[in-house]
Amino acid sequence: MQTDPSHYMIELREVTHAYKTKAGPLPVLDNLSIKIPENSFCAVVGPSGCGKSTLTRLVSGLMKPNEGQVWLHNKLVTSPRPTVGMAFQNPVLLEWRTILQNILLPLEIVKSPMSKAEAVERAHHLLDLVGLTGFAEKRPSELSGGMRQRASLCRSIIHKPDVLILDEPFGALDAFTREDLWCTMHDLRAQEPFTCLLITHDLRESVFLADQVVVMSGRPAHAQYVLDVDIPGKRTLDDLYAPKAVEMLATLRHQIQVAQGRTTDEDAPPPPPKPARSQPIPGAMQ
Amino acid sequence: MNDTARKILAPTLFIVAILGFWEWAVWYNDLPDFRMASPSDLIPRYVQFWDLFLVKSWETLWRTVVGLGLAVVVGTLIGMVMGFSQFAREGLYPILVGFNAIPKATVVPIVALMFVGQHDFNTVLIAFMISFFPIAVSVSIGLSTLEPEYRDILRSLGASNFTIFWKIALPKTLPEFFGALKVAVTLAFIGTNLMEIVSPHGRGLGDLFDSGRISADYPLMFAVLFALAALGILLFYVVVFLERIFAGWAERSPG
Ligand SMILES: Nc1ncnc2c1ncn2[C@@H]1O[C@H](COP(=O)(O)OP(=O)(O)OP(=O)(O)O)[C@@H](O)[C@H]1O
Ligand SMILES: [Mg+2]
Repeated sequence: MQTDPSHYMIELREVTHAYKTKAGPLPVLDNLSIKIPENSFCAVVGPSGCGKSTLTRLVSGLMKPNEGQVWLHNKLVTSPRPTVGMAFQNPVLLEWRTILQNILLPLEIVKSPMSKAEAVERAHHLLDLVGLTGFAEKRPSELSGGMRQRASLCRSIIHKPDVLILDEPFGALDAFTREDLWCTMHDLRAQEPFTCLLITHDLRESVFLADQVVVMSGRPAHAQYVLDVDIPGKRTLDDLYAPKAVEMLATLRHQIQVAQGRTTDEDAPPPPPKPARSQPIPGAMQ
Repeated sequence: MNDTARKILAPTLFIVAILGFWEWAVWYNDLPDFRMASPSDLIPRYVQFWDLFLVKSWETLWRTVVGLGLAVVVGTLIGMVMGFSQFAREGLYPILVGFNAIPKATVVPIVALMFVGQHDFNTVLIAFMISFFPIAVSVSIGLSTLEPEYRDILRSLGASNFTIFWKIALPKTLPEFFGALKVAVTLAFIGTNLMEIVSPHGRGLGDLFDSGRISADYPLMFAVLFALAALGILLFYVVVFLERIFAGWAERSPG
């Protein structure tokens, strides 16, 4: 196994991991390798239960892999690091704190050059960005699921981490808010660059946000397919309807079907986009 | 009717109705004092023994509170050990259950013999022994059932275990802790009185009760019961008040 330091911001080298369960070991990751350069954006998609959240826990140092290496910032990951920001799939907020206090929580752990006043100002600024203006003094129990997700997103970046790990952060959002937040993510990255690992189940989201999309296979998962998204310049939502993007989406959709085991033909070209259905579906009117 | 008015008026109304019925029932059945006292008999006793009531109530009160304080400290410590270590939990649990199952009335004479003459110490000890169990159990359950997600928020930033306990586990357990404290406060109160009555040593409301019993002064015995109820209510609502302050966030607004 290679041991020379990684030149990427995040690198997984042949990571294999199994959970210990009552019914014996459950293999989740199998020789998974991913390379993410500094300040680039990597989206990971894959079937439910294939090990995406496991991947985030390995990169953040919450767990150690059974085999293989996880590199972060040219160092082998052995324990969590304060330069990482993380938003979990289940956005737990501390019920006894206000939203503002929740967002400021990382700064109570991580040393930061920000003063208290600057931190509060930044928190309010982030709340504005995600559309939660005026909710700073509310309790988490007064927020909807999607609002809590957005608050947890603010918490993950309050300390200006250089690596951001997001586990389906937009999952509980309606389509319009979601698309707004995609644009917010682009703006944020333009203002303060960071390397991002995003788990998502939304293929359009992955293509719109990422520089590379990794498709994970079914469990035990490896990197089944890597798509380089080269849409140069500032992206707009209209780019998603350009022929190039449509083609990328079709490729990803096909790869997901392979990962789910619905198709075995890995090398088959993506099916051409189907014309919109104009006839009534037989039997649908009964 | 507004909220506060109702909160005062409703209990008052019920108390007056119950006392009225009691007074009527004793009068209607023509029961003599040595069979059943009526509320109107109690007032002369309070007037006659007012100073004694104050002194004895204070003795019962402070010994209960000290016993409870001890139960909070020791119970929380045991709960923490059991909450963080599965080994300690499995080892200590049967012992705690067994200890809790022993009727404390049987422990009173033993304690009184072990520490002869140390009446205040003995009373505090019994109050403590009878009340630490629910606190230990609730704290241990609160800590051991803390969802890993809560821990991960801080762990992913490299926080120490102590920081995680202080910022997450402790506040998160407070609602369970206060739930147990409400049970424990009543239990500690029972413990104090148990000592005062089973092993009479001239202190506390239990002593006043005992003198009522010896002199067959039924109205005095009932007067003591009411004083005990008043103290119990006082202690309970002090806990409720503290709960509002420290764990008020756990209360969902209705609707
Ligand atoms: N702590 C654990 N102990 C045992 N098994 C686990 C544990 N966490 C996850 N698993 C199992 O590992 C597999 C991968 O879990 P993981 O949460 O990484 O999936 P995922 O890709 O994030 O799924 P989803 O898209 O539904 O969020 C699942 O089959 C799950 O049952
Ligand atoms: Mg997941």
